[in-house]
Amino acid sequence: MSAMNDMIQAGIDATDRRIVLATQGGLPLEREPYAAVARAAGVPAGEVMRRLRRMLDCGIIRRIGAVPNHYALGFKANGMSVWDVDDARVDALGPRVGALEFVSHCYQRPRVPPHWPFNLFAMVHERDRGEVGEKLAVIAALLGDACRGHEVLYSTRILKKTGLRLAG
Amino acid sequence: MDPLDRAIVNRLQAGFPVVERPFAAAARELGTSEDELIARLEELLERGVLTRFGPMYQIERMGGAFSLAAMRVPRADFERVAGIVNAMPEIAHNYEREHDFNMWFVLATETREGIGAAIGRIEAATGYIVFNFPKLKEYFVELKLAV
Repeated sequence: MSAMNDMIQAGIDATDRRIVLATQGGLPLEREPYAAVARAAGVPAGEVMRRLRRMLDCGIIRRIGAVPNHYALGFKANGMSVWDVDDARVDALGPRVGALEFVSHCYQRPRVPPHWPFNLFAMVHERDRGEVGEKLAVIAALLGDACRGHEVLYSTRILKKTGLRLAG
Repeated sequence: MDPLDRAIVNRLQAGFPVVERPFAAAARELGTSEDELIARLEELLERGVLTRFGPMYQIERMGGAFSLAAMRVPRADFERVAGIVNAMPEIAHNYEREHDFNMWFVLATETREGIGAAIGRIEAATGYIVFNFPKLKEYFVELKLAV
């Protein structure tokens, strides 16, 4: 998100909220989906589109599009790799790990000593665990001696995947 | 999936226009018809290839919060705990992972205080500690699977 976008007042009013409620489960699959949203939300169609564009511009909507199920697409190895990286170097190295083409999400998160020493999380989706292992070796090489240890947590089941839901 | 399905999945991960007839606009780019694109999307959703199609809201920009949290749940109690966690509307995703920390979920709440409140309710209802891992820095987010 650009600094410019960060300065735009990002917030939603009651009308936006009705649009969010009408679309958070998905867009209607019909020729004029925004007109259908307008009917459901009780807001004119032109207004729905204008407000959706504003929410896209200020980052309230990350994007409008399709969310794939990686299992169904053959990406069966979903590895959450977690790394214990020197605090003084994690901000320099985090963006470089995130920039690797096979890393889909990369965050710095808090350690919880003594249970959890890891502060850098990088998600890697591949067709099998062997491929994930190869990618982890690339990350380990990039982190070098700034990293004191790592683990990978493979997902074994999606228990829930609905995306966010505001209460109606 | 045939080549058109693949093209649809790839193209529609990148974005969808906000115009009166957006399926017609996207279909032109994909070299298909508006009605065919709608029918294909219906089928991809029904088959579970896509989990959803629509706007992806960033709750933090509406004044709310996201967090990642994890629990260590004994095997024998796992399904009970999963049921409690999944039933909460604040839980956007929940994954079982192969680790001592075996349940990982994303919370999305309309207020920043909502995360702590939801975690408190999970701990009270399950009897297990919830470890909260809110993001400190976002270095990269863009899940795009090329198929």
